[in-house]
Amino acid sequence: MIRTEEMLLNVGPQHPSTHGVFRLVVKVDGEIIKEATPVIGYLHRGTEKLAEDLQYTQIIPYTDRMDYLSAMTNNYVICHAVETLMDLEVPERAEYLRIIAMELGRIASHLVWYGTYLMDIGTTSPFLYAFREREMIINLLNELCGARLTFNYMRIGGVKWDAPEGWIDKVREFIPYMREQLDGYHEFVTGNEIFLNRVKGVGQYTQEEAIQYSLSGANLRCTGIAYDLRKAEPYSIYHRFEFDIPVGETGDAWARYQCRMAEMAESLKILEQAVEQFPEDGKIMGKVPRIIKPPKGEVYVRIESPRGEIGCYIASEGKKTPYRLKFRRPSFYNLQILPKLLEGENMANLIAILGGVDIVLGEVDG
Amino acid sequence: MEWVSGLLASEPSSSNFFTYIFISLPLLSVVLGFVTYAILAERKVLGYIQLRYGPNRTGGKFGLLQTVADVLKLLIKEDTRPKQADRPLFWLAPIIAFVPSFMVLSAIPFTESVVFANFGVGLLYFIAVSGLTTIGILTAGWASNNKYALMGGMRSAAQMISYEIPLLMSLVGVVLFSGSMNLIEIVEQQQYVPYILVQPIGFIIFVIAATAELNRIPFDLPEAESELIAGYHVEYSGFRFAFFMLAEYVYLFAMSALITVLFLGGWQPIPGLGFIPDFVWFAIKFSIVVYMFMWIRATWPRLRADQLMEFGWKILLPAAMANIFLSAIVKELFF
Repeated sequence: MIRTEEMLLNVGPQHPSTHGVFRLVVKVDGEIIKEATPVIGYLHRGTEKLAEDLQYTQIIPYTDRMDYLSAMTNNYVICHAVETLMDLEVPERAEYLRIIAMELGRIASHLVWYGTYLMDIGTTSPFLYAFREREMIINLLNELCGARLTFNYMRIGGVKWDAPEGWIDKVREFIPYMREQLDGYHEFVTGNEIFLNRVKGVGQYTQEEAIQYSLSGANLRCTGIAYDLRKAEPYSIYHRFEFDIPVGETGDAWARYQCRMAEMAESLKILEQAVEQFPEDGKIMGKVPRIIKPPKGEVYVRIESPRGEIGCYIASEGKKTPYRLKFRRPSFYNLQILPKLLEGENMANLIAILGGVDIVLGEVDG
Repeated sequence: MEWVSGLLASEPSSSNFFTYIFISLPLLSVVLGFVTYAILAERKVLGYIQLRYGPNRTGGKFGLLQTVADVLKLLIKEDTRPKQADRPLFWLAPIIAFVPSFMVLSAIPFTESVVFANFGVGLLYFIAVSGLTTIGILTAGWASNNKYALMGGMRSAAQMISYEIPLLMSLVGVVLFSGSMNLIEIVEQQQYVPYILVQPIGFIIFVIAATAELNRIPFDLPEAESELIAGYHVEYSGFRFAFFMLAEYVYLFAMSALITVLFLGGWQPIPGLGFIPDFVWFAIKFSIVVYMFMWIRATWPRLRADQLMEFGWKILLPAAMANIFLSAIVKELFF
């Protein structure tokens, strides 16, 4: 008599492919997943609650630790929210520095995704190639603000540090180099038959499902919806740049891969233009009162982070600290579709799907 | 080696028992030496491809003693065993996995004279014995009482069943042409033309199936790091773990040697370069094969379990059968 039994398998929180302390409780029949329940919160630090006792400038370092792969966009979203609430003017030079820093961060973040995703698929080499380029970006950002990961670079009304001498030229040199490397990545991985077999048709969902689950970023665009907040609701000075929104068609892991790879190329385009237009001189901080006390009211701003739509809601009572602060953290929202995608898949696809969502646990857990 | 055959035919006694032990020691040390430096070479090759240095501290500039240090570390590590593990099987599994890997070595002719057991059916022996290791892996997966290990063990069993058949089938062409299963005779038949030219399809199928047998990328599903963490040996530590690694590398040695013998003409020199000793030729061809395996490991992703099955049964097996058919026709018409 052959009897089969469902097995309860804990994937994580100490599993190498969950990219942090993420836990999935899966019921498997052999290798086929019957049910998957994500368990999150291992990295919860209560950023939003802590923020209620902090002055606005003091909140900025906390945002670094949310999406630690692209801390610049997080910095920006809180500054942008307070600036919108206070109706502050940001000097042009500061805006350009912010754009350059954010786009460099976006490329760095996608590079980490590219490397780790291929590691999940089973090949280790692309990871080291991606990290070589990421290291260069991090060095650039390090020169700008003295930190490699948690930048704490932006301030309400501008940025903390001006670009050091020759920095813009270094960024300018980096752009063609990165383009060349990007072609190399495509040559290395994109055409590989095994890779295509692993990602095509894996974790597929339709446009309607993507919208129902409130997906954003590449997870939404892979279904063919050209929605990018940099174009849809241009913030900062994004309206000055020419760039395209890469979209996929199939809504599977392959489309997400293509989207992210194309986004890196688009970010390079933005960088190129930003470096060209970069103002010779100017201030990096606007006219900001010494004590930041936004007027009473509410504000919600949203921007495009590498992972999707990151939003910041502030309820102010006119005091030095916010009454309530809330982040819309894209990884958390993108993760919600996971149980649905995993049903009926096998173990190998679990990793390919989870990796394709591109989560950062610091952001998921807040 | 006449006297070895004589020895094999002699009555078992304590004296020839010791002779056996002693004459196998050089082979053992050669293989262990190979394993030591194959691991180092693999790490160096991977490092070279992955923009790293690889080991470069222990034992001078090239990390010559890195593997030795690693083995020493494994030796002095605590030998842990899960409380709920099946004790006798847990203890036995590394041995079952490891012993056949050394057994197959005896059949490989390194040069015309350096061969430890000259079987009539050396080829069949090799394939049959190498299949045993999977039982060790399956045992390890089961005995560990770990879900990931069990999945790794199951994958390994499924993989072996799917790939052993094309592996064997791809060799039928070679046997048809050489008219023998004796590995020495097969090499002698390749004096002018190595079988890679005569049996190109067979060669490709064999290399693919051999990679699967070796559990190497892109077929390393039983130990898939990113999915099953380490698969069947996740609960093993210390020297038991070292046994699994050792078995893996000894198989790399054995498979590469077998490919050299079957398809690349073993110790036969390229015509006109006969003045170079035969063991050098063997070493050159062998190194090329080993390098190829390392190269594949550095650049390819892993297959999925269902794709692996599909590939094995729907592509490799029919291709291997077609190859037999084609070989038989070619042999009948032209030889």
